[in-house]
Amino acid sequence: MSHLNNLQRLEAESIHIMREVVAECENPVMLYSIGKDSAVMLHLAAKAFYPSKPPFPLLHVDTTWKFKAMYEMRERMAKELGFELLVYQNPEAKAKNINPFDHGSALHTDMWKTEGLKQALDKYQFDAAFGGARRDEEKSRAKERIFSFRSTQHRWDPKQQRPELWRLYNARKHKGESIRVFPISNWTELDIWQYIYLEKIPIVPLYYSAVRPVVERNGTLIMVDDERMPLRPGEKPMMKSVRFRTLGCYPLTGAVESEAATLPDIIQEMLLTKSSERQGRIIDHDQAASMEKKKQEGYF
Amino acid sequence: MDVSNLIEKDILKYLEVHQNKGLLRFITCGSVDDGKSTLIGRLLYDSKMIFEDQLAALESDSKKVGTQGQEIDFALLVDGLAAEREQGITIDVAYRFFSTDKRKFIVADTPGHEQYTRNMVTGASTADLAVILIDARKGVLVQTRRHSFLVSLIGIKHIVLAVNKMDLVGYSQDVFDKIVADYRAFAKQIGFENVLAIPISGLKGDNITTETDAMPWYTGPTLMQHLETVKVDDVADQAPFRMWVQWVNRPDLDFRGFSGTIGSGSIRPGDKVRVLPSGKESHVVRIVTQDGDLAEAIAGQSITITLQNEIDISRGDVLSTPVSLPAVADQLNATLVWMNEEHLLPGRPYLMKIGAKTVSATITEIKHKVNVNTLEKLAATTLELNEIGSVNLALDHPIPFDPYEENRDGGGFIFIDRLTNTTVGAGMIHTALRRAENIHWQAVDVNKTARAALKRQKACVLWFTGLSGAGKSTIANLVEKQLYALGRHTYLLDGDNVRHGLNRDLGFADTDRVENIRRVGEVSKLMVDAGLIVLVSFISPFRAERRMARELMADGEFLEIFVDTPVGEAEKRDRKGLYKKARAGEIENFTGITSPYERPENPEITIETTKQSAEIAAAIILRALEERGMLMGYRVAEDTTPTA
Repeated sequence: MSHLNNLQRLEAESIHIMREVVAECENPVMLYSIGKDSAVMLHLAAKAFYPSKPPFPLLHVDTTWKFKAMYEMRERMAKELGFELLVYQNPEAKAKNINPFDHGSALHTDMWKTEGLKQALDKYQFDAAFGGARRDEEKSRAKERIFSFRSTQHRWDPKQQRPELWRLYNARKHKGESIRVFPISNWTELDIWQYIYLEKIPIVPLYYSAVRPVVERNGTLIMVDDERMPLRPGEKPMMKSVRFRTLGCYPLTGAVESEAATLPDIIQEMLLTKSSERQGRIIDHDQAASMEKKKQEGYF
Repeated sequence: MDVSNLIEKDILKYLEVHQNKGLLRFITCGSVDDGKSTLIGRLLYDSKMIFEDQLAALESDSKKVGTQGQEIDFALLVDGLAAEREQGITIDVAYRFFSTDKRKFIVADTPGHEQYTRNMVTGASTADLAVILIDARKGVLVQTRRHSFLVSLIGIKHIVLAVNKMDLVGYSQDVFDKIVADYRAFAKQIGFENVLAIPISGLKGDNITTETDAMPWYTGPTLMQHLETVKVDDVADQAPFRMWVQWVNRPDLDFRGFSGTIGSGSIRPGDKVRVLPSGKESHVVRIVTQDGDLAEAIAGQSITITLQNEIDISRGDVLSTPVSLPAVADQLNATLVWMNEEHLLPGRPYLMKIGAKTVSATITEIKHKVNVNTLEKLAATTLELNEIGSVNLALDHPIPFDPYEENRDGGGFIFIDRLTNTTVGAGMIHTALRRAENIHWQAVDVNKTARAALKRQKACVLWFTGLSGAGKSTIANLVEKQLYALGRHTYLLDGDNVRHGLNRDLGFADTDRVENIRRVGEVSKLMVDAGLIVLVSFISPFRAERRMARELMADGEFLEIFVDTPVGEAEKRDRKGLYKKARAGEIENFTGITSPYERPENPEITIETTKQSAEIAAAIILRALEERGMLMGYRVAEDTTPTA
């Protein structure tokens, strides 16, 4: 055998990180967002502990506004890979019926995701949570540590992050503090797709192009995934061949027109495309430097 | 066929090619003035890693805040972050990604100026290659030497000397040659062998990804050509097999596997391995993965192996080839880089994490520190933030290690503060110190228990801590008198009998306070071994040192007694007039006034002197000794039962 190639090195690094967390933390959890990055993370977790089952549960912080196809995938993956699945919905957001249409994307995200995540971590007393963020996603992620510390109030203090050298991770913390761990930090979008292709990892069908009902709003194609979507006067869903480059809450996720119906097609399209992955996410456009701010408040 | 053509015409072929692409991690060293950000931005741009939406933002930003007039300012691609500029958040180490047909690249970018040493060492620790940037107009500067020294310290073998801004010196070969000659003379001193010098212009793009007509005298590769083809076959591949056991994999009673990442060498089923530090041996049976068993695994792979015999192996052990073994020692010489605002305290125990093992480590000697600008060796009693020193370490357990120069994984470690849990330093082990092999504790038949039993007691330490004037010595004296009356064997250590003799060379600075307590702890330990009940009455303001003293004793032998007197009350009493002097500025570092007192978190006994008299306090302590079975044949009489 010669040398490890790029994907082999990335895979080994992610597995090393996951094992380190399991060895040093008391009560870890893997956050599951059902997207392609999550799919890779789950696959790596299954490999890292084989033949044992991954020794931590999956946690989905649900907003109730995900695509139907995502909920189906969630159930299927947890069962196939042998994970315990925890689903958490912020009861306050639920009681107030918080939704992106009436309350806007900022409040919706804050209540369901940011607050929901904090509540879930407190409820189950998790001291480490794996997340699928990558450093190439967005500028403010480029300097994020692999082990990212949060105070007892879940706040991220960029000035208090620990230096990370070699493959030595310092997982020590006081009671009540927690760590967000990003085992796929060093993967790029192309790495993720290539790995999904090579390892035949199942992903939500919405990534593949199909004819779907969409409406166009502010230059973004929004899929009408269920009857909760309020149509504006004169607005009629159009049937278009579309797919999604990134998945979130359906009212906040823009589709792209595409004919890419297989993985190689998707990769081909991605390589030839001229806009970055996060463009489809409305949350990033809300305000300048929005990720940085959200992170300090406790968003992943 | 060119790449974008291949992507369009034959995506499957493209995927096949890219599947076998390698990865190169490198670090760029230089300041903003050297054009580092421009260079990285240019590499991202030229390798088509910039999407149209990002480019549009870049173009508009360039016009708004750029430094290149109407031209694109590539530096903005990496210096970006509005929030960072506004909030003054420093990026310490940022990682950038780009990829070409041949390789994927991860660039560690360390823009900070103040924290340069810490950030550069961090970024360099995962890099295979370093690009050292020089401004052609300025030549080899002090900072060039500093960067190069740090790169050599962390053991990077492949160096690119990128002489930048050649456009501003008229693309002159003479300028380039002189800089390269200067640099090579210096590079020899720090042991660099593979230095490739390339004349470039990050701004104009000369010799970055494309060859240039501007410098026909240069015939070497462009920067990108070199990055794509340089062989960085790690020494780790050739080195003997080593694997830290990270996790023991036990899904059921029939399977017992050892998971870890191979640090160096390779392993096959049938190979003999030795476990360290235990020294037991076995043979590899299987290399287990979810995709089937492997016939061989190599450095860098994360694997799970099973062994022929049931031998005791746990996290932090090392599996090694028996042919060439790592050293095992608890006294080491290492280079330490200090990374914390709070300076190093020699004598204080820190946690040391190496591989999958965490032990307690104390700096026993700082041999010297290094001036990173001149490489001069200087005498030192401590290391401040960003200082680098050669130190001797004493560990509480022997660990297996390899010299860092031979194996990064086996010799690189981090230092963790026990109270704040932060990473305060990073180091590289060079050698074991001989002492470890020579000192063996004599196991003698007359031991602590035997000596204490003769005195009808169990040996222990009563550690009185609290502010000056809190009442520690008063209470300790009373307790000792009562124990004496009961025919028990005691000794009282306090400031008066220790500070004037054993510790007369120590002052009241933090480092001295640590050493003071370390010595008192060690003396107490010997006295406990002699079977005595030792009463220690010391302010001992820091938790870490009290914990250090506690850890010297066996479980249950250390009773921390917190004599809790509010500072206002102690100051009011001020029997020795010390507070008055401290307030007048006549005493420096006075605990409670100009130096902190860290309250105990879980003392065995707390005495509140504002509520309990010294007599009641003594009774409480005697009762605690009795309850713990320290005093054989003694029961507290009913009438001395304390009431608070």
